[in-house]
Amino acid sequence: MMSHEELEQTTAKVQQEQRAAGDRINVCVAAGCLSLHSDAVQKSLTDEAKKSGARCSVRGVGCMGLCSAGPVVSHEPAQAVAAEDKTTAQPTRLYGGVQPGHAAKIVASLNQEPVRELAIDTAMPFFAKQTKIVLENSGSINPESIEEYIAAGGYRALLRALHEMTPAEVVQEISASGLRGRGGAGYPTGLKWATVARAAGATKYVICNADEGDPGAFMDRSVLESDPHRVLEGMILAAYAVGASQGYIYLRAEYPLAVQRLGVAIREAKRMGLLGAEIAGTRMSLHLEIRLGAGAFVCGEETALIASIEGRRGTPQPRPPYPAESGLWNSPTLINNVETYANVSPILARGSAWYAAQGTAKSKGTKVFALSGKARNTGLIEVPMGMTLREIIFDIGGGVPAGHTFKAVQTGGPSGGCIPESLLDIPVDYDSLMQAGSIMGSGGMIVMDDSSCMVSVARFFMEFCMSESCGKCVPCRAGTAQMHGLLTRITEGVATHRDLDLLVRLCEMVGATSLCGLGQTAPNPVLSTLRYFKNEYLAHIEDKHCPAGVCECATTPAEVNA
Amino acid sequence: MVNMARPSLPSEDKRWRIVQGTMRKHGYSRNALIETLHTVQQSFGFLDKDAIRFVASSLRVPPSQAYGVATFYHLFQLRPPGKHTCQVCLGTACFINGAERLMKHAEKSLGIQAGETTPDGEVSLLAVRCVGSCSFAPVMIFDEKTHSYAKSETLDEQLQAWRQP
Repeated sequence: MMSHEELEQTTAKVQQEQRAAGDRINVCVAAGCLSLHSDAVQKSLTDEAKKSGARCSVRGVGCMGLCSAGPVVSHEPAQAVAAEDKTTAQPTRLYGGVQPGHAAKIVASLNQEPVRELAIDTAMPFFAKQTKIVLENSGSINPESIEEYIAAGGYRALLRALHEMTPAEVVQEISASGLRGRGGAGYPTGLKWATVARAAGATKYVICNADEGDPGAFMDRSVLESDPHRVLEGMILAAYAVGASQGYIYLRAEYPLAVQRLGVAIREAKRMGLLGAEIAGTRMSLHLEIRLGAGAFVCGEETALIASIEGRRGTPQPRPPYPAESGLWNSPTLINNVETYANVSPILARGSAWYAAQGTAKSKGTKVFALSGKARNTGLIEVPMGMTLREIIFDIGGGVPAGHTFKAVQTGGPSGGCIPESLLDIPVDYDSLMQAGSIMGSGGMIVMDDSSCMVSVARFFMEFCMSESCGKCVPCRAGTAQMHGLLTRITEGVATHRDLDLLVRLCEMVGATSLCGLGQTAPNPVLSTLRYFKNEYLAHIEDKHCPAGVCECATTPAEVNA
Repeated sequence: MVNMARPSLPSEDKRWRIVQGTMRKHGYSRNALIETLHTVQQSFGFLDKDAIRFVASSLRVPPSQAYGVATFYHLFQLRPPGKHTCQVCLGTACFINGAERLMKHAEKSLGIQAGETTPDGEVSLLAVRCVGSCSFAPVMIFDEKTHSYAKSETLDEQLQAWRQP
């Protein structure tokens, strides 16, 4: 039985061990840096440390955010590891582009000046402008150690809730925090929890939607690879709040490392009595299982996801009934996304008022984004709601590469849109992005410069929706195929104005009549690019010319210029 | 008393025991269909008709439903994979960094379309939807190994390496 005292004992033990180990060298072993062979970097650092006899430890940690500088390594001086107040301690050093050959230099620099040629400026806006709640442990703890999560303050909120709060009080805290669903739609989380808590039924389920299908989005993967216990703690708290005793994490099979680390986390939490029967000696039980997706974007839609957990084809059902009333095996079911659950324990630990004080009037807290595309700094970032797109792209992202000009930023994946330069000063929140013709979405943010053709981008997303359409309803199945055909004609320089009119009419029809979110939002990339970049469509149609030089139109740009 | 007889294993192949293990773990419940098909694919590399029929009758789901599930999800392969796999990521970040050109180059070099295997059974070419390595776009995955900032030459070199005895 796990108690507050035991959490404190574990924390003291971990901290004592860490102090005894001296300096800490942390190597990012999340999937991004691993694909740049950071495991080899970790190995040579370990070997060098052993060889030199330096008083230091080398360990693997989660994502440190600045993926474009990978493989990333950080060095925490012993004094900083031991310090109670981290703000006055010697700063952590950050290194980028680290290769196995750099290991000896890094180990030799421990009590010396930093290794200049690898150093990343930790005061640059990329780091300074971020606020970390969901990612606070990412890159600083070993994701496979429950003890380190506990030492970082983990599982305290859960124990306090189980012993001192009623389920209704937990729901109340989440409602008061103003947290909205981070999967993209932004439904108030507290309201969803209250509906499931109120629903009649002896059996209820909690589900974590980790079917991160948006191309260009890797927030959930990174959170699960870097700090899996945060998600588990959020799920257990949710289960307590709504009265569920069985839960599923529906995870993409394309993320083997996240599957493995989450599996370790579940086993460890069970071993510590924080998951399974009679959690922390209370009457609360929760059994969690991982269910692997099998590569179907539509399964991110909640009713399709439920069908998939039930072992069927992932086709959506009309709502109502909502899963909150009749979901998995027709029982009341709570479905939240990974990032939503990751916000739960900080809200309960620090209070709803603290959380609600961050962000904008209607969008509270922070949002994690996967910043990629044509930006100088790319990776995983977390910013307060309400920050402008310009600050994110030009301060944090460092702008587009030299010699190019910014053209658009794409948010919300295949359900979102492209936002032009003229709108970059809008604040990032659910409502502003929707007004601009895009959506918040799950957090993919892809920067495009003058080398991208917006018609070709629209066709890319339509091709995605067409091949991911489950085929259940006609508007989506046939409509996306027709729209894709029309967009292809435009990119080939053989379309007419009538084709464009037809495309617009199809957008309206598919959006209005499709069964689920996939079809309803499939026209968004087309509509938003038509709204802001109509001249590019017209250039393809009237001049048979692709302004960005991407599409192979009937005539080449050279011929037009001649 | 319900008739609990289960179909006999399709062959002596020991891998069927692993498949059976997954079904047993889930109490031969119908909702274990996808989990079981995952195990079949992990064990055999693909799902053939015998496998789908065996799983369907073991879990008491109609063969049509099992076949429907097997064809619905992109990850399930109904044909044996090549000796090597070449995956081209077609996520958004890879797309705007030229992944379409990479795919065209791969299709031309291998003489097959995405989703096919070369006639000699050596290489399967697959399109994947975002592997989450967007900062290193475009990305290609050869067998298990991810290649960042991939170029046409990256593919040429890999194909040559695979062709060497």
